[in-house]
Amino acid sequence: MRLVAEGLSARRGEDLIFRDISFEIAGGEALIVTGANGSGKSTLLRVLAGLLAAEAGTARLLAAAQPVERLAEAAHYLGHRNAMKRELTVDENLTFWKAFLGDFAGGAGLSVDEAADRVGLGGIVHLPFGTLSAGQQRRMAMAKLLVAWRPVWILDEPTAALDVAAESMFAGLVTAHLSRGGIAIAATHQPLGLDGVRELRMTGFTGVAETVW
Amino acid sequence: MSEPSLAIRKFSDLANPTRFLALVAIVWPWLAALTVCLFAVGLYLSFASVDDYQQGQTVRIMYVHVPAAWLSMMCYTVMALSALGTLVWRHPLADVSAKAAAPLGAGFTLVALITGSLWGKPMWGTWWVWDARLTSVFVLFLMYLGLIALNRAMDDPTRAAKASAILILVGFVNIPIIKFSVEWWNTLHQPASVMRMDGPTIDPAFLWPLLIMAVAFTMLFFTLHILAMRNEILRRRIAVLRRHAARSAGEAA
Amino acid sequence: MIALLARDLKLSMRAGGGALIGVLFFMTVVAVIPFGVGPDLNLLARIGPAILWIGALLASLLGLDRLFQAEREDGSLDLLLMQETPLVLTVFIKCLAHWLATGLPLVIASPLLGLFMNMDEVAIGATTLTLLVGTPAITFIGAAGAGIAVALPRGGLLVSILVLPLAIPVLIFGVSAVYAAIQDPAPFLPPFLILVALNLFFAVIGPVAAAAALRLSSD
Repeated sequence: MRLVAEGLSARRGEDLIFRDISFEIAGGEALIVTGANGSGKSTLLRVLAGLLAAEAGTARLLAAAQPVERLAEAAHYLGHRNAMKRELTVDENLTFWKAFLGDFAGGAGLSVDEAADRVGLGGIVHLPFGTLSAGQQRRMAMAKLLVAWRPVWILDEPTAALDVAAESMFAGLVTAHLSRGGIAIAATHQPLGLDGVRELRMTGFTGVAETVW
Repeated sequence: MSEPSLAIRKFSDLANPTRFLALVAIVWPWLAALTVCLFAVGLYLSFASVDDYQQGQTVRIMYVHVPAAWLSMMCYTVMALSALGTLVWRHPLADVSAKAAAPLGAGFTLVALITGSLWGKPMWGTWWVWDARLTSVFVLFLMYLGLIALNRAMDDPTRAAKASAILILVGFVNIPIIKFSVEWWNTLHQPASVMRMDGPTIDPAFLWPLLIMAVAFTMLFFTLHILAMRNEILRRRIAVLRRHAARSAGEAA
Repeated sequence: MIALLARDLKLSMRAGGGALIGVLFFMTVVAVIPFGVGPDLNLLARIGPAILWIGALLASLLGLDRLFQAEREDGSLDLLLMQETPLVLTVFIKCLAHWLATGLPLVIASPLLGLFMNMDEVAIGATTLTLLVGTPAITFIGAAGAGIAVALPRGGLLVSILVLPLAIPVLIFGVSAVYAAIQDPAPFLPPFLILVALNLFFAVIGPVAAAAALRLSSD
């Protein structure tokens, strides 16, 4: 399995956030996207997740366990927001995502309890999501990555609200995912504590796109 | 920037805004002159034509009312075509066209409603009847206002254009249904008893001025439309220049 | 898909009694009308079906703007957009859940309000039946408005303004069918079948338009 990005460009308004970004990641590898605030990390990840149309270029997943048209279908996206409902319990949230997302070919998701255990919060899945602390909420959002199998993880500032212990826990999750042959792409300020990962430095604002006006 | 953005290459050269502006600069004086001439002829004929034996002088309202009503519908058609241009070909001029047409359409619809009301007072003895036509034109007017409100509510012109394009098309599909249902409703509640000016029964003495006025109104619409499009393009250029100025000030600091 | 339906239903039960508020609004609107037109029972019986329909129409629009906005705010919309499941289907299911949670209670409450309006059994039955068929259509066409206004901070009012003109046919045929059932010469079936047709038609274009709007609105 390979993730191939070729000549990606994206813009917001008429600012070209980045231009001509190409990379290739094989299964078991991770790519860390670094750069200052506003350098286009999030934009790149949203383009990869198919949530933002690229101005130019393509990102494809080749030789996956099942052919995919869009990379998004084979990917988890963990954005700044947790995509969990405050009114529902953690269990209901995770059960819903597990059923709705379903497993991608070539893997199986963990059960809700197991996933909660993995993020170190087993035993509180019966609580409403809204009653959890910010750090706990973030960890439960990570458990979402585990309940349904997706070969590609797209992570936007995954450890922003977390303490050191939780960071190392998360590094463990990513390492385990890579060892299963998965791919991880993470945008981050701080090192994730992963070994031997490639790094992509975003510089941000590569110019003003010529507008049609 | 040496490399032109891909988005530009996609647009055919013929329709790029600069070409369009150049075209407008040549065309609009002629179009405006034609409009004035047609109005001169049309208005002259309207006032020179004989009085209707039943309606008297008030029949002359028709020469404004009917073309305005016709344009209120044509304008929506233009917007629907533009909306297709926005969604299918992602053409920025189509955005501009739809946006520029909405206030014009609302204006013509309002003229149709007001003249219809003025006409209705002497004819039907009331300013407003819930006649099928009046009602559906009124609903159309509401839809125009809704579209303008939607356009105003969004900051980013590109996204506003896409959102309103979808709404325009949904509306376009619905207009026949609304028209049909209003007619159904009307026949159920109150039989249409008012005299209608439409149909082939119209006398040629009225038909000619009406046709010329219709063409004049259409030309007026096109003149106003391309000028409104020009203004919108210029407005967007100014917005771009302002952001450039803000950015270069930021870089200098 | 069933998971989505179940989740949305659970959410609407828990999130501040959303379903109940719709019914409450419906009841309040209908209860206010007699104060406006006077307590003449014959008059109320005559305009009752229309009042119920207008009340239900307004109540169905309530909360419609949150249909996608809530998903967008907590980031769930991103995940819904990414899946292999066609977005149109996802939107359809969300509409269905929204109708079950807010539209169906209105239908169930309408016979009771019909009694307040001094309507006879036939009128009450016909109103309930037409509401059952008509309110989904309002939800579906409303979803298009909700999708268009999803990115707007104060989209609520705008959704109503955009959707109401489009919902006029539903109102017309809903009310005509009821009056056709009460008044003898007019046949009940034609307007009722047109109402059914409108429902099916809106069930297609509503989700399609909403899905297109959601795709375009993501950034």
